[in-house]
Amino acid sequence: MRTLHRFPGGIHPEEHKAESSARPIHAPFIPNRLFIPMRQHIGQPAKPIVKVGDKVLKGQMIGQADGYVSTAVHASSSGVVTGIGLHAVAHPSGLPDLCITIDTDGHDTWTELQPLDWQSLDPAAVRGYVRDLGIAGLGGAVFPSSIKLDPKNQPIHTLILNGGECEPWITCDDRLMRERAEEVLQGARIMQHLLGAQTVIAGIEDNKPEAIAAMQAAAEKLGLQIEIAAMPTRYPGGGGKQITQTLTGLETPSGKLSTDIGVQVFNVGTAYALARAILHGEPLISRIVTVTGHVLGPQNYETLIGTPMGELVMHAGEREGTTGLIMGGPMMGFDVQPEAPVVKATNCVLVKSAELFPPKPRELPCIRCTECARVCPAQLQPQELYWFARAKNFGKAQEYNLFDCIECGCCSYVCPSHIPLVDYYRFAKSEIWAREKEKHAADIARERHEFRLFRLEREKKEKAERLAAKAQTKKAEAPTLTTDEQDAKKKLIAEALARAQAKKAGVAPKNTDNLTPEQCAEIAEIEARRARIREMAKKTIEPEKHL
Amino acid sequence: MTASTHTLPPNTSVTRVMTLVLACLMPGVLVYVWQFGWGIVINLVWASLLALGIEALALRLRGYPLKPFLTDGSAVVTAWLLALSIPPLAPWWMTLVGMIFAIGVAKHLYGGLGQNIFNPAMIGFAVLIISFPVQMTQWSAPLSLAGHAPNFTESLSLIFADTLPDGVNLDAIISATPLDTVRTGLMQQHTLDEIHGASRIFGQIGGVGSEWVAAAYLVGGIALWAFRIVPWQVPVAFLAGIWLTAGFLHWFDTGRYAAPWFQIAMPSSMLGAFFIATDPVSGSTTPKGRLIFGLGAGFLTVIIRAFGGYPDGVAFSILLMNLCVPLIDAWTQPRVFGTAKD
Amino acid sequence: MLTAILVMAGIAIVLGAVLGYAALRYKVEGDPLVEKIDAILPQTQCGQCGYPGCKPYATAIAKGEADINKCPPGGEEGVKKLAELLGVEVKPLDAEPKPKAVAFIDENLCIGCTLCIQACPVDAILGAAKQMHTIIASECTGCELCVAPCPVDCISMVVLKEDLPHWKWKYPVFRIKQAA
Ligand code: SF4
Ligand code: SF4
Ligand code: SF4
Ligand code: SF4
Repeated sequence: MRTLHRFPGGIHPEEHKAESSARPIHAPFIPNRLFIPMRQHIGQPAKPIVKVGDKVLKGQMIGQADGYVSTAVHASSSGVVTGIGLHAVAHPSGLPDLCITIDTDGHDTWTELQPLDWQSLDPAAVRGYVRDLGIAGLGGAVFPSSIKLDPKNQPIHTLILNGGECEPWITCDDRLMRERAEEVLQGARIMQHLLGAQTVIAGIEDNKPEAIAAMQAAAEKLGLQIEIAAMPTRYPGGGGKQITQTLTGLETPSGKLSTDIGVQVFNVGTAYALARAILHGEPLISRIVTVTGHVLGPQNYETLIGTPMGELVMHAGEREGTTGLIMGGPMMGFDVQPEAPVVKATNCVLVKSAELFPPKPRELPCIRCTECARVCPAQLQPQELYWFARAKNFGKAQEYNLFDCIECGCCSYVCPSHIPLVDYYRFAKSEIWAREKEKHAADIARERHEFRLFRLEREKKEKAERLAAKAQTKKAEAPTLTTDEQDAKKKLIAEALARAQAKKAGVAPKNTDNLTPEQCAEIAEIEARRARIREMAKKTIEPEKHL
Repeated sequence: MTASTHTLPPNTSVTRVMTLVLACLMPGVLVYVWQFGWGIVINLVWASLLALGIEALALRLRGYPLKPFLTDGSAVVTAWLLALSIPPLAPWWMTLVGMIFAIGVAKHLYGGLGQNIFNPAMIGFAVLIISFPVQMTQWSAPLSLAGHAPNFTESLSLIFADTLPDGVNLDAIISATPLDTVRTGLMQQHTLDEIHGASRIFGQIGGVGSEWVAAAYLVGGIALWAFRIVPWQVPVAFLAGIWLTAGFLHWFDTGRYAAPWFQIAMPSSMLGAFFIATDPVSGSTTPKGRLIFGLGAGFLTVIIRAFGGYPDGVAFSILLMNLCVPLIDAWTQPRVFGTAKD
Repeated sequence: MLTAILVMAGIAIVLGAVLGYAALRYKVEGDPLVEKIDAILPQTQCGQCGYPGCKPYATAIAKGEADINKCPPGGEEGVKKLAELLGVEVKPLDAEPKPKAVAFIDENLCIGCTLCIQACPVDAILGAAKQMHTIIASECTGCELCVAPCPVDCISMVVLKEDLPHWKWKYPVFRIKQAA
């Protein structure tokens, strides 16, 4: 038996797992329309490689990995591409993103699948294959698996299969382990092979005894050296750093990943997807999604990537009084529109109602009770971070290790003043990132500007030298040529100008007739602004002339 | 669209925290009534009403909504702490002045709930003891020693109309506290033994009656800790601070400095340790910081009792430590997960 | 009385020592003021401040010749930071802050006169004589200096819209002071 370690902080809210864990995984259904986002993973979005009107088969690649930190995207069913453009996606901003729309034909015809002989192939080739099959972490962070399977310069000694599933309501990993434990473990074996890890441990919270038993049975049956560890149920026990500490006692350094200390953590769903990909050649086109909360039949659904969440909820039986959808659990999830499609990160669609999730009570000032500090798994002082984030004192917030916050929400949950602490941290983090980007851009601009000044200076000097040289050697010659030259140049510009104006006159009518009054007003305003800018620019250019 | 994490219904609230504090004060209050009579009940109710009134007024003036802040219970907690710190038969206007300074000045002028740097109840207390030193030493005599035990109506008229019951003079009702007795005795160049021999106010460990109140505060305080409302560091360090400092002084000169157990058995020590020094808003927020805060407050309490101009030092010591909190906190930030251990 | 004085003196000495130590320990190393000011300025190099670029403006501020509120691209934030650095009062910005934009050349109309290239302070325009010109959007600082010189008015400023990769979490609505 492995000795388990205790990670600091944590909470134990009501589990609400029984609602959806009792029934088996429901087979996938094919919606009429699939919306497949190109940005489903961390890193560069995939590049579309199909055109509108193309016929696609199930499992055909429609988006290509773009760069190292990227992964491919595939058609989840057969049909016709009817659109490539912006569509609602699951993102806290509610902003749309690039999606490929597929009108399904209902035949669900597979493209040709090719299993891989992973044991004899070079690991790098296997990783390339994993990338092309679109495998990314299914635990929520959706990091491209091909990168995580590349040990690079840090040898990995321990592979952890994360079956923690510590968030309330979610049961997709539980059901997966109960029903498909063998394939999960086969996936783990491939991972172990690619990483060269000596130890493989599957950590499962002890509120899932059936899953633990199923995994143990499967490990015995396959004769694998995989330890199945039952961990105490405590949120956020499934967090990467937390599960690493629980199972190995190793503390992941601040600002690093568990990879940096030789431990690689994969979600059990990812292991399953990897097994399907390598052993059967199936790309990642579906995943198990818990549909629960305020629905008639809470259950786990095997769902095609790209299925609109609203449609999925309809399948589970929509109920009166639905107040919205959350993608993910109640701790780390966020509100989504029903049009947003299921993506690789969608572990759960939680349907809200006023009874289950009453509107949050009013926020009161912080009373410095430090309940938040007691439960913080990162051992931060959330009340201080809150204070700094609220005052927009970002430097101080960083000094107090804001970036070690894993946004688990434990602090918000226990705060007697009901302060949405995590919202403040996210705000502060994204402001700091934006500022860093701006700073970086400013640095580049400064460099380029300085280089330009240097270049102008140099050119001026060179010109002066040239002129001086010319003046010396060709003193006798008449300097009329230059004026001629200038005239010629002026004439050229004037001609080009006339041409362009003619062109413009020819171009302009096209988009200026049939204008609505608003558009006219807008144009007038733009013109006015231009005039103003010109004025301003003239003024501000003046000093430069003297340089 | 604003996304927000943590959609789970919350499991606690400020109101719950404050209600638990009041509940844990109840044993102390009950013993107080049993040992000292009705006066304290009248003053508790009166102070609570004042607190709510002043709080409402301050909120109105500052343009804040009334309901969430009046129901959060923090004003009532302040009221109780002040009422329990001043003489139980203190006249009504003293409580009024104390509450104006506690809620109006120390709390709202500093920004209201959560923003005050000083403990409001202790500010109220400090103002009273500076302004009305004589009244502040006129404590009710323990019932077992009193020449006359005022009943409810008699207490009421004593507090609000300043009229004594017929045929009873003031000395039959009030007496000096043990700390005050010690102090006066020492000033008259008596030794501790002589003082103890001369007065009936001293009980087994502390004072007659009041040692029972202190014990009840201790029970309530432990309950408060068990409910995880107060951290263990502050009370333990506060009492340790008193014990160590008093122990050292007592060892140095047994005749002049009161024994450590005697000092700890004062109700103000227990109330201070569990209910006042633990005020989260004005106290330290780090585990190490809380130890320092408690030790410092305990140390200063004894120093002020021994050398200061006032009989008790709990209020001033806590206020002084409040002042040091930002410094203490900045210097005692705990180690963050994954950062180097030092 | 004597003890009181001694106690007060003792406290004063201890606090003094603590403050002195803190001052030594947290001392900031200084580097030239102009550099520091220039580091705060947004480097748009637009000249709206009345100086031919950020560095000259920084120099002018350092010399005390210019006010701190003249840089529109820096916005209120920038003024605040400058005020903090220089230890002076924050002033309201002396202009309307504008949303960030980049220049865009209508390539159908461009006659390749190279005037815009000469105007661009950060060399963010590509092109050669009589060739179509284009703007490297990632290098464009949005200074608008190229707009006016263009003889055929084919440069326009396109306001950067918020999209997914540039989206920021908003400041949470703080609901305390709100009518009940
Ligand atoms: S959200 Fe951040 S600050 Fe809050 S408990 Fe989690 S890690 Fe700590
Ligand atoms: S739990 Fe809430 S009220 Fe308590 S210290 Fe943390 S932020 Fe403040
Ligand atoms: S106004 Fe323009 S040139 Fe002047 S400092 Fe600001 S960005 Fe630089
Ligand atoms: S100034 Fe206008 S026309 Fe001339 S090169 Fe630039 S964009 Fe083209």
